[in-house]
Amino acid sequence: MTLADAQIAPPEPPRHVMFWRRYKRNRAAVLGLVLFAVVVLMALSAGVIDPGDPLRRAGEPLTPPFVNWQTPLGTDQLGRDVMSGVFYGARISLLIGVVATLVAIVIGVVIGALAGYFGGWVDDLLMRITEAFQTIPNFVLLLALVAIMGSKIEWITLAIGIVSWTAPARMVRAEFMSLRGREFVDAARNLGVSNTSIIFREILPNALPPIVVYASVIMALSILMESALAFLALGDPNYASWGNMIGQGRAVLRSAPYCAVIPGIAIIFTVLSFSLLGEGLNDALNPRQKK
Amino acid sequence: MTTTARSVLELRKLQISLPKGADRPHALEALDLTIKAGEIVCLVGESGSGKSLCAGAIMGLLPEPHVRVTGGAIRFMGEELRGKSEAQMRALRGADISMIFQEPMTALNPQKTVGWQIDEVLRLHAKMTKTERKARAIEMLERVHIPDPPSAYNAYPHQVSGGQRQRVMIAMSLVLSPKLIIADEPTTALDVTTQLQILKLIRELQDEEGAGVLFITHDFGVVAEIADKVAVLCRGELVESGTTDAVLNHPQHPYTKALIGAVPALTPPPVKAASTAPVVLKGTGLKKTFAARGGLLSGKRKAVTAVKDLSFELRQGETLGVVGESGSGKTTVSRIVTRLLECDQGSVELDGTDLLAASPKELRALRQHIQMVFQDPMASLNPRKRVVDLIAQGPIVHGANPQKAREQAKKLLELVELSPAAANRFPHEFSGGQRQRIGIARALAMEPKVIVADEPVSALDVSVQAQVLKLLVDLRDRLNLSLLFVTHDLRVAAQLCDRIIVMQKGEIVESGLTAEVFANPQHPYTQNLLSSIPGRDWTPPSLQPDAA
Repeated sequence: MTLADAQIAPPEPPRHVMFWRRYKRNRAAVLGLVLFAVVVLMALSAGVIDPGDPLRRAGEPLTPPFVNWQTPLGTDQLGRDVMSGVFYGARISLLIGVVATLVAIVIGVVIGALAGYFGGWVDDLLMRITEAFQTIPNFVLLLALVAIMGSKIEWITLAIGIVSWTAPARMVRAEFMSLRGREFVDAARNLGVSNTSIIFREILPNALPPIVVYASVIMALSILMESALAFLALGDPNYASWGNMIGQGRAVLRSAPYCAVIPGIAIIFTVLSFSLLGEGLNDALNPRQKK
Repeated sequence: MTTTARSVLELRKLQISLPKGADRPHALEALDLTIKAGEIVCLVGESGSGKSLCAGAIMGLLPEPHVRVTGGAIRFMGEELRGKSEAQMRALRGADISMIFQEPMTALNPQKTVGWQIDEVLRLHAKMTKTERKARAIEMLERVHIPDPPSAYNAYPHQVSGGQRQRVMIAMSLVLSPKLIIADEPTTALDVTTQLQILKLIRELQDEEGAGVLFITHDFGVVAEIADKVAVLCRGELVESGTTDAVLNHPQHPYTKALIGAVPALTPPPVKAASTAPVVLKGTGLKKTFAARGGLLSGKRKAVTAVKDLSFELRQGETLGVVGESGSGKTTVSRIVTRLLECDQGSVELDGTDLLAASPKELRALRQHIQMVFQDPMASLNPRKRVVDLIAQGPIVHGANPQKAREQAKKLLELVELSPAAANRFPHEFSGGQRQRIGIARALAMEPKVIVADEPVSALDVSVQAQVLKLLVDLRDRLNLSLLFVTHDLRVAAQLCDRIIVMQKGEIVESGLTAEVFANPQHPYTQNLLSSIPGRDWTPPSLQPDAA
């Protein structure tokens, strides 16, 4: 007899338990998490495992890998330790990835939320601005910004954030447009809740899952953009970054390819880990999308 | 076959298994069912009873391998269907067994004309020339009483009305004279007047063709209207079956008794003397038009008038019903009154203050006196908030101490008959009826003078609906609430409302005491509406409520 309406189903396990259960169902996502953990460990242990400045001369120039255990992954043409560069580079890449993504997401969420929630002329104005940004190729805009602001690491990070906010803004706007018509928003309005609270407390939490997933994509893209800048010798020369190392390794690509290949592999694995992570988050946060 | 009519479909000990982690191992358990030629068998059950999966099993359209038939026999014209190849099933589907779906808009392909879609069935199953096919399609459209069949033949699905789309679906399913028609809630998405026409049409065509019909529904009114035999499903088990008269008027099984007991009777409660209590909510000359925003090339579209010149009064402690079919503007009324929609003209006075003229700040303060219970209890509760926060949100916004508001919220849960343990759960952990109780608790938390309820029970199963309605009535009487109750269901209106307004195309066509309007409708539209209620000649037998 199912007529009794007053009993409640037994409690579900807490949210994070459910989340982990769904996440680990995707094996590739677990691999992504492991790779990500490795990168984080590298960044954290950079000063412990391989002490010393990665820009300092550590041995004979162009020592191949696995020859001298002082410099296990070899040295570049100036005698700098490649392994130490890779470890310290992980710090820079993660820093840029996280900060630039935060900048992009914050700008994107604010603009997208306002445009999507209010609609009308607010939407028109904000979307035209977004389109203006979108018409300029990302990398060209990034080069222009770096050329204006200079190539200090803080400015580079900010510039990467500024060129990548348009896609999340459009996404947030679409989410808000569909969510603002839902009855729970009407219910909140009917209770006398203010617009700001409705936007940030009622709608935003419901719009977050796709944004979180997309954030992993932005993070991967920011790391690539920083590497590309460094490759063009526009990166901050005071920090060892993977892009810098590839850029300098280019000169000896024929004689000592490992100088460019090793940091290249590091970039590939980091970006791969973010994209697998994003896929796993998508499965875990939007369980209804699958099946 | 001992009886005169051949049995078209026989289900013997049919068992359908559900994937692991579902609420029960089998969707259907040992279902026995026989449909003879020229017979309409209604399969009745609440949501989740497995009635639609039964149709899927017969058509071979189950979402395998998660859900599949694990036992029993499905015999169609004496032939076993289980184990037939996909190609063999394809030949049967459409030609010998056809199906009418619930939502004709999604079941028809929006990209193709009506004629093309009927033509497709013929093209696949019959050897006919092009002209023969067209003649047959137009003949079928004529038989389902579509006005001007040749023009309907060339129309796209969105160009014909909902009722006509369902007629097209019926034409499609009958074009090859199938021996078995499966109708899965074919009238649930339609208005009552259209519903009655479609039911009559199915009956009429079925008489002519002599096909067997398996009619799936949750509505006992529809059962009373159309069925020869009834089978009642409860959580995948057949609890009762028999002739319509036997099951509807003398149900044996406690579940059936409880279900039938939950159907609201059409006779309104005895007339209460017209209330003289003070007017709490008064609408005058309300008008709302929706300006349709035209496309870049299509030019301006005509504005649609949703409500024109509407006036009403709601007195303290009274329930005013707003009834009408879809498109009559009744939901617009509920949104204007709560100022979720801006109105073009008129005024809504709440205790003498004009709500529509209030400034945003005044409005926020006024909102606590007029609260709303929404139609869809899933959509109207923020899925990311705990129940206690949902209920306490209103008082907190209006300046109550958060700690006290949460304490109060827990008391309100008891008032709506939910355990206080529910407070820290999220909305998705509750059933539909329980969610609607939370919605009611949220409205009550503000201690409003007026509650506007927009179809609060139409998304619920009939037994749950009865419980929620009982709760509403109980609370209304205890707290002396004034209710503005919007509904399309005249049975519900009859039970709950003291006075009703009947709306058609944005205008009030009739208003008055419920009992009087029901007994003696004046306007032809009201008369039509009342005579279209399915099963209006059947009065649910009064059964002891302890049946469950």
